[in-house]
Amino acid sequence: MREAASILPLAVEGLAYAAGGARLIAEVSFTLPAGGVVAVLGSNGAGKSLLLRLCHGLLAPGAGTIRWAAADGAIGGRRRHAMVFQKPVMLRRSARDNVAHALRAAGASRSEAAMRADAALARYGLADLAQRPARLMSGGEQQRLAIARAAALEPHLMFLDEPCSQLDPGATRQVEAMLADLSARGVTLMMATHDLAQARRLASRVLFLDRGRLLADAPAADFFTSPPGAEARAFLAGELTWS
Amino acid sequence: MHDVGAAFAAAFRLIGEGDAAFFAIVGLSLRVTLTAVAIAALIGLPLGAGLAIARFPGRSAVIVAVNALMGLPPVVAGLILFLILSRSGPLGGLGWLYTPRAMIAAQALLVLPIVVALTRQTIEDLWSEYREHLASLGLTGRRAIPTLLWDARFSLATALLAGFGRASAEVGAVLIVGGNIAGATRTMTTAITLETSKGDLPLALGLGLVLLALTLAINAAAFGASRVGARVAGAT
Repeated sequence: MREAASILPLAVEGLAYAAGGARLIAEVSFTLPAGGVVAVLGSNGAGKSLLLRLCHGLLAPGAGTIRWAAADGAIGGRRRHAMVFQKPVMLRRSARDNVAHALRAAGASRSEAAMRADAALARYGLADLAQRPARLMSGGEQQRLAIARAAALEPHLMFLDEPCSQLDPGATRQVEAMLADLSARGVTLMMATHDLAQARRLASRVLFLDRGRLLADAPAADFFTSPPGAEARAFLAGELTWS
Repeated sequence: MHDVGAAFAAAFRLIGEGDAAFFAIVGLSLRVTLTAVAIAALIGLPLGAGLAIARFPGRSAVIVAVNALMGLPPVVAGLILFLILSRSGPLGGLGWLYTPRAMIAAQALLVLPIVVALTRQTIEDLWSEYREHLASLGLTGRRAIPTLLWDARFSLATALLAGFGRASAEVGAVLIVGGNIAGATRTMTTAITLETSKGDLPLALGLGLVLLALTLAINAAAFGASRVGARVAGAT
């Protein structure tokens, strides 16, 4: 990244979130330093997506604090964490304008946005699709565009909510290659997934959630070889029967 | 039947020969209605979008009221505006009564609820789809409105065409506040009303044909807008 300053580490302390009387996230604390790929694992309803949304600021926590090294996770007035959703939200515009729109929202001038949009599309092999209406692209192309769009914002941390859950193996490989490239360029990734094979391939660290609680926070290698706790063991065993 | 046939022939002659008085009426109608739709769009598009994303007590009641106003009888709109613009009314000093300005105001009043209601519906659907992405980009609240309006442009074009259709076809409001004064405030619909009762069928028929053609053009444009939208933006 260009600036020496970073919004990381991110310190999450005693995070809680409830809706309709149900406690969906409770007492979650962890620290996220710069670098690496953090996989957020857990079964459906464990609170993975919720945790990402809380950290990204899309939801307000019921209790606890989310503290960035730079105020509000922004540097120079620009938020430096971005999010990619499970089902990519494609604006009714061309691929290029989708990226340019995000950059404009972040304060870029029209010409700067156009230039950086083209650069982002070129970097991820989407240049040929630049003029295509984003909503008419395939699912895999849409998710790659969504990641390129988020990457164009030059985030220090990128949240990804099950980015490959709706993709075929070919598209999944392309997305994983993008994520590896981003990680290699120093973008910290925090990714919810229930694809254990994917977590094994990409993750350097695992946060394991079970019914809204953070039951494990371990280096990925340790988590997979000797899962800490009965729930994590059951989760790994249960998932393995499917893979 | 012979009379009707002759009337049709005379009507086509009026159109074909470019009769000045005839086209003055058509021109005024288009000017009044287009201006009214433009004003209603300027006010109604942001208002409808705001209503779509704002949450406040009584919001449901406002939505029901706006939807109901889509069916506001033109004569009632005309009457309200007449009371406001008449010499003793609150805006009587403007001197707008029996001028095209009053007619534009009356039609804008009729078109506005259509634009607001259809915009609200369209933008609310789009908002539920875009909301998280836009919030992620920091576009919350009113900052989301320009994006939403632009991305709904093809549906909103249809909403404006619906408004145009209603305004160009109505007679009650422009008759009350315009007065159907020859050469000044006579529109296609008021002229048809008057000429039919006077027995001047060719003029009435000719104007009727123009109105029908206009309706056809509006629907073709609406159809085209959704087709173009699907092709160039993947809009649905």
